[in-house]
Amino acid sequence: MKTQQPQKSRARFLGALALITIAFGLYWALVQAPRDALQGDVQRIMYLHLPSILTAYLSFFLVFIGSCLYLWKREKRDDNLAHSAAELGVLFTALTIIEGSIWGKPTWGVWWTWDARLTLTAILLLIYSGYLMLRSLIDDEDRAALSAAILGIIGFLDIPLIHMSVYWWRTLHQPPSILRPDKLPWENVHPAMLTALAINFVGFLLLYFYLLSLRLRLGEVRSEIKTRRLNQGAY
Amino acid sequence: MKLLRETYLVLRKDLILQLRRRDSLLTMFFFGTLLLFVFHLSFDLVPDRVSEMAPGLLWLAFLFTGTLGLAQLFGAERENQCLDALLLSPLDRGALFLAKVCLNFILMLLVELVIIPLFWILFNLQTWVLMPQVFLISLLGTIGFCVLGTVMSALTLRARARELLLPLVLFPLMIPVILATIQCLGAVLRTGEIGDALPWLRLLIGFDVIFLTLGVLVFDWVIEI
Repeated sequence: MKTQQPQKSRARFLGALALITIAFGLYWALVQAPRDALQGDVQRIMYLHLPSILTAYLSFFLVFIGSCLYLWKREKRDDNLAHSAAELGVLFTALTIIEGSIWGKPTWGVWWTWDARLTLTAILLLIYSGYLMLRSLIDDEDRAALSAAILGIIGFLDIPLIHMSVYWWRTLHQPPSILRPDKLPWENVHPAMLTALAINFVGFLLLYFYLLSLRLRLGEVRSEIKTRRLNQGAY
Repeated sequence: MKLLRETYLVLRKDLILQLRRRDSLLTMFFFGTLLLFVFHLSFDLVPDRVSEMAPGLLWLAFLFTGTLGLAQLFGAERENQCLDALLLSPLDRGALFLAKVCLNFILMLLVELVIIPLFWILFNLQTWVLMPQVFLISLLGTIGFCVLGTVMSALTLRARARELLLPLVLFPLMIPVILATIQCLGAVLRTGEIGDALPWLRLLIGFDVIFLTLGVLVFDWVIEI
């Protein structure tokens, strides 16, 4: 039990750091950064929207890494990483879609539109929800881990193809007309906006790794409880 | 060579089983036909609208009937631990994978051979001359579906509620195949040739090749489950 103490305090430190950074980032985003010339205050959702989706991408990449490592070495630790990252990835993708909807309604007039990027994000959510479903529906733990690892790899390799097809599907139908006008060139972005975005991104990364460390610990504790019960013959 | 021979042996066994029992084949036929009726009743398809919607509807029908077939793909092996016996035999797992892909492909092909002409008859489509192209494109799409579908079918083999789980994990990953096939079919039905849908055709072939290779490679692990 003694060994867990530094681990716990490190996680707490990470959490506190995330909290401070995001608070600081929100201050920059809401106060320091200027209002958007075209969209007004609603554009400030971007300071959360972009960090969430980037974090989600990172998460799905970690699922892939964890899955590959598990197939290679068959260690519980790697499976725990893939599982935890998938859960967090689904969480952050869902957050991104919700933020996007709130931003989309006043800007585009609709909650949802079948734009390529939106569609792709929704498909990612579906793939990794399916991944979590698969895990939860297989009782045997090793089997669940193995199937999930394979799905984690196949799903990740499929993403470029899905990306390509969804973009073609949109551009062959109609050129992107809604998204372009609000996409300002780099020189038009106010430095304060970039600063706010950067701080929030760092804050989200810290938050992500904080949540990931908690979730990893949870996975470890779960399997520890299982082994102890097995040893006691309670199962 | 050994791989092909083993594939043939497993496939032959499965085909004999299928021809004697006809469980999958009959349900797939019936379900596919049923879907065409349901589509017609729910969309009230008039001839000038139907050729526009034909690729999508046709592929929905294939997708649903194909999923039905996939759910039963390892049906024979599930009984009496036959799968374990099969895995104990000195059989290349890749051959098992290829045989199952071929089996599902043949089943779906037989269903498509009926459904596509039936679609043309029921919805009064006049473009009978385009039949070879339509079949060819459907063939490529069906390969992609069977390849990924077989991997997913094996992956969900020992899950609870696996028939329900299979489409949940399969359909999002199938999106490139679905989109590419529908776009190619649409281009052919509109203009009579593949034309500007050529990139889609390449994507479709690429998908088939990538996942066929990947399937053979990962099936060792998949079937271990």
